[in-house]
Amino acid sequence: MQQTRFAWYLLAPALILLVILLVLPIIIMMIYTFYEFITAGVEQANYTAANWREFFTDSYYHLFLWKTARVAAITAIACALMGYVPAYFIWMTSFRHKWLLLLLLIVPFWISFTIRTFSWIHILGEQGAINVTLMSIGIIDSPIQMLYTEGAVIMGMIHFLLPYMILNVYVSLEGIDRDLLSAARTLGCTSAQAFREVTLPLSLPGLCAGLLLCFVLAAGSYVTPQILGGNRDALFGNLIYDTIMQQLNWPMGSTLSIVLFVLLGIVSAIYSRYMGLSTIFKGLSR
Amino acid sequence: MEIPHPSRVPRATLPALRAVEGVLACVSKPLACYHLMTTTAVDLKSVTLTYGPFVAVKDVDLAIEKGSFVTLLGPSGCGKTTILRSIAGLVTPTSGEIVVAGRLINDVPIYKRNIGLVFQNYALFPHKTVEDNIAFGLKYRDVPRLEIARKVKRALDMVRLPGVEKKLPSQLSGGQQQRIALARAIVIEPDVLLLDEPLSALDANLREEMRTELKIIQREVGITTIFVTHDQEEALAMSDRIVVMNHGLIEQNGTPEEVYRTPSSRFVASFLGQSNLIAGTIASNTRGKAKITLDSGASIDAAAPASAKKGSKVTVVVRAQRLEVGKKAAAGSNRLQGRIAATSYLGGTAIYIIEAEGLKLQANTIIDTHVFREGDAVDVSFSPGDCVLLGEDDRRLA
Repeated sequence: MQQTRFAWYLLAPALILLVILLVLPIIIMMIYTFYEFITAGVEQANYTAANWREFFTDSYYHLFLWKTARVAAITAIACALMGYVPAYFIWMTSFRHKWLLLLLLIVPFWISFTIRTFSWIHILGEQGAINVTLMSIGIIDSPIQMLYTEGAVIMGMIHFLLPYMILNVYVSLEGIDRDLLSAARTLGCTSAQAFREVTLPLSLPGLCAGLLLCFVLAAGSYVTPQILGGNRDALFGNLIYDTIMQQLNWPMGSTLSIVLFVLLGIVSAIYSRYMGLSTIFKGLSR
Repeated sequence: MEIPHPSRVPRATLPALRAVEGVLACVSKPLACYHLMTTTAVDLKSVTLTYGPFVAVKDVDLAIEKGSFVTLLGPSGCGKTTILRSIAGLVTPTSGEIVVAGRLINDVPIYKRNIGLVFQNYALFPHKTVEDNIAFGLKYRDVPRLEIARKVKRALDMVRLPGVEKKLPSQLSGGQQQRIALARAIVIEPDVLLLDEPLSALDANLREEMRTELKIIQREVGITTIFVTHDQEEALAMSDRIVVMNHGLIEQNGTPEEVYRTPSSRFVASFLGQSNLIAGTIASNTRGKAKITLDSGASIDAAAPASAKKGSKVTVVVRAQRLEVGKKAAAGSNRLQGRIAATSYLGGTAIYIIEAEGLKLQANTIIDTHVFREGDAVDVSFSPGDCVLLGEDDRRLA
C-alpha cells in the first residue's frame, strides 16, 4: 500500500506536466472546434457544428488527408527498406566497437532538424551541388527541378526519420538468440533461408514499430514540406498551419488538428493491438 | 511432469533394421556403403583451431565409435564446445581433418552436413509451433508432407511428449522444451547427435531425470552421440567413453571407470571426483610394489609400474572414496594415525577432513554405525592397489 502511494508521488510531476501541457490544451482545442468563426482572428463561443460539417463535406480536406497518408506511407516504407540493411549490418558485424556505429546513428540529432532540412536546399537547389556539378561536366544544360517537389519532401523526411527506423529494427534484431540461426543452419538452411525463416519474422515487431513511428511522424510533419516542398506539396500539417497562422481561423484550425490527432491515434491503437501480440513473440525469443 | 517407466516403453527396433539395411545396401552397392561397415562414426585427425593468438583446440585426434555415447568433459574454455561446433560446421578448424560417416566434411557447408545439434538454451524457434520446429529439418530435406507428419508424431512419442504439436515452445516447461529440441535434432536421422550442455539450464531434479531419459532415448535410437559438459557426474553417469579436456588438449580418453580409477594426469585426478594428492619419493620398487617416503615423513606402499625408479619424485593419488576411516586395516594396507579436523555429515555418507601424520586427507565414507566428530582420533587406511602414481610431469607413470 505504502509502495503504491510512493509510486504515485514519483509519477506526479510527469502526470501534472502531461495534464497541463497536453491533455488540457487538447480539451481546449476540442472546445474551439465548436466555436463560430466570424472573421480573421475573431471567433465567438456560439456552439455550432459548422466546422465539422465543413470538414466532412469539403473534399478539399479529404484530398489533403489522402495525400498526407500517401506521402507518409511512402516515406515509412522507404525508411523500412533503407533502414533494415544498416540495422542488420550493425547487428551482424564482428566490429568490436559496435557502440560507435550506434553513436553515428544518433550524431545527426545533435544538429537542429530545421538546419538539416535547410541543408538540402544547397544540394538540390538550382544552384545546388548536384545541378552545378552536372552542368559543369556537361551532362545537363539547364538545372533540373529537384527542390520544391514531392520527391524532395519525401527525401527530407527519410533523412530525418531513418535513424528511428534503424534503431527500432536494431533493437529487435538484438533480441534474437543467435543460436536460433545456428540451429536453422544445422537443420539444413542456407544463410538466406535462415534469414527468411528466423531473422526476418523475429525482427518484424521492430520493423513494424519503426513503420508506425515513421508514418506518424511523417504524417504529422509540416516543417519539411514547408521548406522542401512547393505549394502543391503541402501536407495536412501545413494546412493546419495555414488555417491558424494565415487565415487566423482558429476554430477550423482546431478542427483539422483534432482530425489529424484522432486519425494518427487510431493508427497507433490498431498497431498497439498487433504490437501487444508481437511483444509476446519478442519475449519468446529470449 | 509424468514420465512412463522405461520398461513400459516399447524398444525401437531401429538399430536392428538399420543393420539389416546396411547389409542389404552392401550387397547391392559394395562401394557406396563403405562407411556402413566401418565402426568409426566421427574421426578427428589432428584438428587445431585458433582464434588469433588463442589456441582453442590443439592438435586433437579423436575417433568416436558408431552408436556410442561420448562425453567431452572439461572446464569452460577447454575447447570441448569448439570441437562440437567444428563438427557441426559452425566454426572452421585452422588445420586438421574432420571425417563424419566416412566423409571428409571440412569443406561441406553446415546445411549439407547431416548433423543434429541440441543447444544449451534449446534454441527452439519461438515463432513456430512444436510441430513446425520438429518438421523444420525435414522440410529442408524434401520429405513429403504426409511423411513429415508421421515422423513428427513418432519423434514426439520417442521423447514421451505426444500431443503437443500445436503448442508454442513458450507454452512448455524447460524440460519439455529440451525434449522438443532433442526431437528436432533426431528426427532428421543425423549421422551424429551433438549435445552442447543440454541439461545445464534445467533445475537439479529435472536434470537427473533428463539424464536417464536422454540415455534411454539414445540407446533406443542407437545414434552416435557427442555430449559436452563440465559436470563430472553427468559424464560418469551417461557416457560409454569420457574424453577429458584441458587447455585445448585431450588429457584422457577412456571408459568412465578407467578415467575415474586410473586418472592419467594430475588434472584428471583433481577435476574428476575428489582425490588426495600426496607428494613423496620412491624409496624402493620391487615387483610392482613401491615403498614411498612421503614428504611429510610417513612411509606407504603403493602399486607401481617398473618405470617408477628409486629416488624419483612422485605424487600419489588416492580417491577420497577409497580411504577407510576408523576400521581395522586389511593385511597389506597402508595405515596412518590421525585426528578428524572436520566432519560433513550427509546422512548416508560423511566427508571427513583428517590430519594424519602431517598430511591433510579427505575421506568420503559410507557411515556404518558411528559418525566421527571433530577431534576424534582415527586410523586411516587404504590399499596399495588404490594408489595411482604421477611422475614429475604430472602424468601417470605407466
